[in-house]
Amino acid sequence: MDFLAPTSWAEALETKAAHPDALPVAGGTDVMVELNFDHRRPAALLDLTRVPELQEWSRDAGRIRLGAGVTYSRVITELGGALPGLAMAARTVGSPQIRNRGTVGGNLGAASPAGDSHPALLAAFAEVEIASVRGTRVVPVAEFFTGVKRSVLEADELIAAVRVTPPAGPQQFCKIGTRNAMVIAVSAFGFALHPDRRVVGTGIGSAAPTPRPAPEAAAFLAGELEAAGLWDSRGPLPEGLATDFGRRVRDAAAPIDDVRGSAAYRLHALSVMARRAATWAWDSYRDENRSAAA
Amino acid sequence: MRIELTVNGTRREADDVWEGESLLYALRERLGLPGSKNACEQGECGSCTVYLDGTPVCACLVAAGQAQGREVTTVEGLAGEELDPVQQAFVEKGAVQCGFCTPGFLMSTKDLLERNPEPTDPEIREALAGNLCRCTGYEKILDAVRAAAVAKR
Ligand SMILES: Cc1cc2nc3c(=O)[nH]c(=O)nc-3n(C[C@H](O)[C@H](O)[C@H](O)COP(=O)(O)OP(=O)(O)OC[C@H]3O[C@@H](n4cnc5c(N)ncnc54)[C@H](O)[C@@H]3O)c2cc1C
Ligand code: FES
Ligand code: FES
Repeated sequence: MDFLAPTSWAEALETKAAHPDALPVAGGTDVMVELNFDHRRPAALLDLTRVPELQEWSRDAGRIRLGAGVTYSRVITELGGALPGLAMAARTVGSPQIRNRGTVGGNLGAASPAGDSHPALLAAFAEVEIASVRGTRVVPVAEFFTGVKRSVLEADELIAAVRVTPPAGPQQFCKIGTRNAMVIAVSAFGFALHPDRRVVGTGIGSAAPTPRPAPEAAAFLAGELEAAGLWDSRGPLPEGLATDFGRRVRDAAAPIDDVRGSAAYRLHALSVMARRAATWAWDSYRDENRSAAA
Repeated sequence: MRIELTVNGTRREADDVWEGESLLYALRERLGLPGSKNACEQGECGSCTVYLDGTPVCACLVAAGQAQGREVTTVEGLAGEELDPVQQAFVEKGAVQCGFCTPGFLMSTKDLLERNPEPTDPEIREALAGNLCRCTGYEKILDAVRAAAVAKR
């Protein structure tokens, strides 16, 4: 096995092009488990922790560009205000030791249906910046995942960053597991209100072969809010609307039975999480108005 | 491959390191530092917790090559002439039974108290969520963390 340790982004891309079978390793919290248990024997490891460009985040034309190597701990401490949904998801990941090492880029790279960043990134309509020596392309998160632990990444490509617009409205993240710390989600849900565009963002985790949005449920809720003039009035949600939304989110999922939970339980949990997330977010949206008026 | 790193303030070298090997393995088997324990090798138990450039991480999930040129502190580096106040508190409160989890709890506790000298009970539980103990039932460990916080003031 080779150990490749580029020290710049340009060198990382050249190294990946020259060694397409090299396995990138960032925080190692997925990769090292596979190596320790002999589940994987890559020809080479491509260490990304010495590439300074990946460890940075910046504001770029009103958006946040989050380097693939930024850890969950840093998302929580540095971006809790700018990316609240992602920070909420980050707080639920593993333990302090895992959050100190694990990265959002690694979560995307692993492309697990249970990755906790994914519902938050989906709800925020984030984009993944992918690069190779051939150039850079930008893929909406909703199009990034192609199957269980599969993504659109080509063998010579690396994830450079995630691009997210800081929210104009409240965001929520809900996760069901057997305890609060150190659990892989039984199912998870990300939610965002985008009042500037009068759009609703959704993300379903652990309840389909890939993380996925619930576009019909989102369009339904946004349409009902529009029809009742609620984006402007910020009045209370009509009776039953959040429940109806929860049901439609559930209908967008396609879960399986596995050791963590049954498909039926996941569907139920999703409808409850979606109802609660929408209600909590709408309450915050109304509160913003009240505090602005006060 | 060869790696060079600083462990507990001393420059160390390890030879014949396998490229896929963990920092935990290198510390225990190549550098003669068996304080960090190997219980799960999958990040679940925290018994391998060390500081990597000042941040607590699971040594079993760091590739040894990723520690090249970095600074590592293990449980062996906690005590000077005397035990660290965190170690002293674990002794005094009887927070150790078999002791397998103890190195990890010591490192996580020390990190917590450096960031937050007066943690609440929920904050202690959250900070230690990545450390498992099969013996104590955690009560004495919580006592020790509270006592260490007082002792350090
Ligand atoms: C004890 C434990 C608890 C966990 N709990 C959670 C949890 O609660 N929620 C959750 O979502 N996950 C959890 N995980 C899984 C893991 O921590 C996350 O998926 C994390 O985001 C992985 O990031 P990393 O930097 O450690 O990735 P690595 O292990 O370094 O890499 C993961 C994958 O991404 C690829 N990769 C990494 N960076 C790039 C890049 N820049 N470009 C292209 N490919 C790249 C790697 O080749 C690999 O395939 C847990 C893991 C452990 C061990
Ligand atoms: S041995 Fe590293 S976390 Fe258990
Ligand atoms: S004292 Fe035995 S595992 Fe904690």
